[in-house]
Amino acid sequence: METTSRAFVANAREGLQDADLQRSLARFQGGFQVKRVEAAKRLPEFEALRDQARAIKDHTLAHLDHYLERFEEQVTAAGGSVHWCQTPADARRVILSLCQDAGARTVTKSKSMIAEEMELNPFLEEHGIEPVETDLGEYVVQLADERPSHIIAPAVHKTKDQVADLFHEKHTPLGRTRRLDRVEELVEEAREVLRPRYLAADAGITGANFLIAETGSSAVVTNEGNADLTQILPRVHIVIATLEKVVPTLEDATTIMRVLARSATGQEFSTYTTVSTGPRRPGDADGPDAYHVVLLDNGRSRMLGSEFRDVLRCIKCGACMNHCPVYGTVGGHAYGWVYPGPVGAVLTPNLIGLEEARHLPNASSFCGRCEEVCPMRIPLPGLMRKLREQEFARRLSPAAVRNGIGAWAWLVRRPALYRLATGVGMRVLGILGRRRGRFTRLPLAGGWTAARDLPAPEGATFHALWRKGRRA
Amino acid sequence: MPATRRRVGLFVTCLVDLFRPTVGFAAAALLERAGCEVAVPAAQVCCGQPAYNSGDRADTEAIARDVIALFEPFDATVAPSGSCAGMIKCHYPALFAGDSEWEPRAQRLAERTFELVSFLVDECGVDAVEARHRGKVTYHDSCSSLREMGVRAQPRRLLGSIDGLELAELSAPDVCCGFGGTFCVKYPDISGRMVADKAKDIAATGADTVLAGDMGCLLNIAGRLSREGSRVKARHVAEVLAGMDDRPAIGEPARGR
Repeated sequence: METTSRAFVANAREGLQDADLQRSLARFQGGFQVKRVEAAKRLPEFEALRDQARAIKDHTLAHLDHYLERFEEQVTAAGGSVHWCQTPADARRVILSLCQDAGARTVTKSKSMIAEEMELNPFLEEHGIEPVETDLGEYVVQLADERPSHIIAPAVHKTKDQVADLFHEKHTPLGRTRRLDRVEELVEEAREVLRPRYLAADAGITGANFLIAETGSSAVVTNEGNADLTQILPRVHIVIATLEKVVPTLEDATTIMRVLARSATGQEFSTYTTVSTGPRRPGDADGPDAYHVVLLDNGRSRMLGSEFRDVLRCIKCGACMNHCPVYGTVGGHAYGWVYPGPVGAVLTPNLIGLEEARHLPNASSFCGRCEEVCPMRIPLPGLMRKLREQEFARRLSPAAVRNGIGAWAWLVRRPALYRLATGVGMRVLGILGRRRGRFTRLPLAGGWTAARDLPAPEGATFHALWRKGRRA
Repeated sequence: MPATRRRVGLFVTCLVDLFRPTVGFAAAALLERAGCEVAVPAAQVCCGQPAYNSGDRADTEAIARDVIALFEPFDATVAPSGSCAGMIKCHYPALFAGDSEWEPRAQRLAERTFELVSFLVDECGVDAVEARHRGKVTYHDSCSSLREMGVRAQPRRLLGSIDGLELAELSAPDVCCGFGGTFCVKYPDISGRMVADKAKDIAATGADTVLAGDMGCLLNIAGRLSREGSRVKARHVAEVLAGMDDRPAIGEPARGR
């Protein structure tokens, strides 16, 4: 997928200047934060469940080959097939041929970030197959020809008015010419437009929140029921997922679900939880004729053996984005690739390269809120710091930064010299700043004074005063 | 007073040393009043966080070894900063994981390292201070104090014991002010927005003074308040607790002496 992560600084500035975006971000972050806290409070064992959830994923990741093979056996036993794909290109080819074999002209899709990773929609379109997004937010983003800016709230960057204008423009050719302005009306119109698309689709593509090894099932949670219609109505159901989505048992999946929705939206459970196992069996009331799981690696097996393994515990709840003050000021598009926010700052450099995405792990104040709310207890700031260490070691950071840190560290390790240099410096700054108490501009401090004054130092340093025995 | 006084090594921090010596003296005074014997090792400079957060592992380790050697003789190491104390307590042991000499030394120092206000309350049993302060203050929780050092109730408790002081809470006391060390100069647009949001929250409390336990946050917040022409003052919480809030606040012009 095309990336603009290199342009993070410019992207961020654009986000900061977008008044609509700023309003949307403030409203949604505030809402999700309050809901999460309340949901956690209502469940006394919430913290213990987080530990359990982490342990389940750690165990699975330690035996990933075993559980993936077990999953494949069970999918096959249930009459489905598993397709192992190393790269997004491999996965696209497999999906295309599955669609072509089914004679598909349109496919419905329920939300999947993996589909974004493999740029599935444009690829299908190039080959004459029309993908239809059925998650309301994804549908909005598809109509607008944009990308999701949040992993569970893809259109969070858009205001209601923008969506109203978009629907008015795109639905007018369908005979829906009235511009709507109430949220319920907009939802209703999307529902009415999408309903025949579900019925007409030849194949349905869903993501997966979990792949369950003991039963060979895929499980997906939504609040709109769109995944149910996507996987039940068409002749072919294609599940796309990355390797780390597997868990050993249904019990494990439900344990993790108990922290998933609470962390994501503050719900006890998502409205719909749908478990699919194989194609329709004789006597089943409904279901597809064929059931395929496209298992994508795309760098996960490499990360499994690296110091970034912990991030593979991620269940894509979005809590880190909901609580990140940086995400909250710049929005998801600034990050420039599929995954925004703190987890994106760790995943993106791992998946598309640190050269492309070096800004992302740097653009964090390490405030630690993401780690505090992550249901899987992923040490996100620590992993970002590891990326900064790689960046430093590989000399990808600007030379001025590396040399500056090197010179500073050299001085810090020579306390006598450091005292001499800083003693003079602070005395001068103290005298210059004495009258006003602050500096609005200073040479070499443009980064600081761009947004705030620099308070003037008191003058003499603490150590100089202490040595002289001058007690306050 | 206990029979043997606890020997505390005061880790002054580089920002207090350079910008706000008053905080160092306030910390020393509070520790002495709590019955500690305070020493200030002369060779101390910085905990190494700027290098650590810039990915410069080798320099960080070298600086950390100096700090460990300098402070390990003390019964406790105390810093008027959650960030610097957090670096020593939470990150030094990880830095030397697997190093047979330095990991145990880092671990030992980590166990005896504390943030000032929590040390006073949790370790020394201080539950009130003799200070007066007229006015309404608000308190910003620095990220490291809150999330690494478990500092939340302690400063509020001591502030609550001050005659004349009214505490008005921020609507989001636990949200980062946007300082983040080198983050604030590397991403000034983002950091600037974060501190502007913080300033708005401070203004909404109607407080005349904002207090915090970390000089990084305070320089950032004071700098933003002054840029906006706000009259709200910024001080380190230790200044108020020690009764040293009679001198100019952070970023305030010096009065004629």
